Amino acid sequence: MTATPTAGLTGVRQMSYAEALVLGLRRALESDERVRLMGQYFVGLTEHRKLVASLHEDFPGRIWFPPIAEIGYVGAGIGAAISGLRPIVDIATASFIFQAFSQVVNEAANIRYMTGGQTAVPVIFHVNHGIRGGGAAQHSHSPQAMMWNTPGLKVMLPSSPRDVHGLLRTALETEDPVFWADHVKLFDVVGPVAEEGWEPIPFGVADVKRSGSDVTIVATSFMVQRSLGAAEQLATEGISVEVIDPRTLVPFDLETILTSVHRTGRLVVVDECHRACGVGAEIAALVAEHAFDALRGPVRRVATLDVPIPFSPALEAFVEPTEAKICAAVRAATG
Amino acid sequence: MLPRLATSLLVQQLRTMIRIRRFEEALIRLAGEHDVGHFHVYIGQETTGVPALALLEEGDVSYTTHRNHGHLIARGVDPARMLAEILGKSTGTNKGKGGTLHLASTEHGFPTTSSSVGGPLPIAVGSGYALKERGLDRVSVCLFGDGALEEGAWHEAINIAAVWNLPVVFLCENNSLEALGQKANEYPSSTLAAQRLTDLVRPFKVDASAVDGSDVAAVHREMRRAVRRARSGKGPSFIETWTVRWPGSRPIWPQLVTGETDLAFGWDAARIPDAHADWFGRQDGLLRFLRELLAEQRITREEVLDIDRAARAEMAAAVRFALDSPYPAPEEALEDVFA
Repeated sequence: MTATPTAGLTGVRQMSYAEALVLGLRRALESDERVRLMGQYFVGLTEHRKLVASLHEDFPGRIWFPPIAEIGYVGAGIGAAISGLRPIVDIATASFIFQAFSQVVNEAANIRYMTGGQTAVPVIFHVNHGIRGGGAAQHSHSPQAMMWNTPGLKVMLPSSPRDVHGLLRTALETEDPVFWADHVKLFDVVGPVAEEGWEPIPFGVADVKRSGSDVTIVATSFMVQRSLGAAEQLATEGISVEVIDPRTLVPFDLETILTSVHRTGRLVVVDECHRACGVGAEIAALVAEHAFDALRGPVRRVATLDVPIPFSPALEAFVEPTEAKICAAVRAATG
Repeated sequence: MLPRLATSLLVQQLRTMIRIRRFEEALIRLAGEHDVGHFHVYIGQETTGVPALALLEEGDVSYTTHRNHGHLIARGVDPARMLAEILGKSTGTNKGKGGTLHLASTEHGFPTTSSSVGGPLPIAVGSGYALKERGLDRVSVCLFGDGALEEGAWHEAINIAAVWNLPVVFLCENNSLEALGQKANEYPSSTLAAQRLTDLVRPFKVDASAVDGSDVAAVHREMRRAVRRARSGKGPSFIETWTVRWPGSRPIWPQLVTGETDLAFGWDAARIPDAHADWFGRQDGLLRFLRELLAEQRITREEVLDIDRAARAEMAAAVRFALDSPYPAPEEALEDVFA
């Protein structure tokens, strides 16, 4: 549970991540006539889906139920954005984005560049990523590293109710296609969200989720929550951990991370992507390039092992980044 | 048979076809001296694109393919800027970032041009959705070849267009009539189990027709019907036009195997070389349209030659413009994208 300072905000209420997400969608539909929701599994198949049902009642005709056709409706979202709407396309389970990869990577991401700046594609692609428990190999992907490897997309990875709510507003105001990934295990996380107004959280501004002095952890999405849990545990052992959440990968706030690493001298990156060429790999490389002299030891990577995600809980826990693995990496870094 | 249109409009269409023909011929010569990458020409399909796109109005969007040059000229894009783009120059339609495969001009109704076969089909459907949602009586046209029907994107796109009754015209230029599959060292033809392309449409209850793509009246008739249906909320249509592949488009790289088109072939059959008697005598739609116009005395030979002289001069100037234009500054590679 994120301990975000709430001083100065009026009408702040504790709410779940799912509630903050759907409140954001509601405000998007209220504030911009052009917004259409294409798809309806924004909060997966969890109990929270009732919240989405309330949108159907209040915004008839603005929510679209596409056929099981990721190429078709992702492409349709791109065309709708080109022709004047602001579609938020829900691909649901992130693994399904591969069905539509050509549309996302070879069409949407390229169009503004390829046309010499003539045509913007203000579409948002939403997915629920990550190891959700029992998803096995085909419902557990974290494709954000692939998206970061695709120039032309912006990449947004909220980790708290306040972040998902505020980042969505900025995404809606962005002229480029935005890849927005929520982790299914975030939906029950509770935190403060301002009920009045709709404060945008800018892209490219990292959030220090916990201050500390011995080790810097950089984590995204649900790994922020796991890292905060690990930091609690490590504090009892006398290790002070700083947890930084970049919140968006594109644009990426390297400065905040470098400043922290200059102070702590140690970096652990925590990432649910597979280890090879993952988000953690890129962050480790950036810090090695820009702050090598500040590092007192090697950068430690905690990531999903480079195997497909297995079904059995016993196997799943072995391959995913856990609090215990994060703690072990931090201890190794400080040891 | 000619479409029932004013003579001035018919002559205008002929002029556009001749300009497309001279553009592509100029490009093939230019490609012999400059690296333009792999390219595709529209020779032989002018009688589909020109009458079809003449029915569009401002605000109608069109999505085309790797074989896009003729479509852009038909909607009024400047050939000089197109050739500059094909040579990668800063004055090009896409500022040198697209090249021959991706010529786009938003102001002429080409928001983006994809060279991914089948890629634009769902995007065109999305544009149709937006136009409908915004309450506009505009139409979204998707131009593609028979090969796009091999892609899964086709099935998903037409299904959505049909389920949502969207103002979309699927215009398929079939240039694989003579061949099926791929011959050694020739450009691939479509490989489909379906006997007729319209068989792939009818299960969706989408209005489907197939016409001779060299018959301007037939193309005009079907396209006018499809556009009217879209504008009046009657949903999507599919038109297949049968076009004969120009012999110069059979090799993997286009070649002027027939030589340039001598428009006098339209009234003096004796001049047609035996080696290309089928093409110039029977198959070339542009010459067929020209013969129809002459037979109905809508145009004179002298007027045709005047149009041709102007088209040749225009394309010579376009080549000059493209060659004389500067390349973009290298740093422009970092513009038009967040980087």
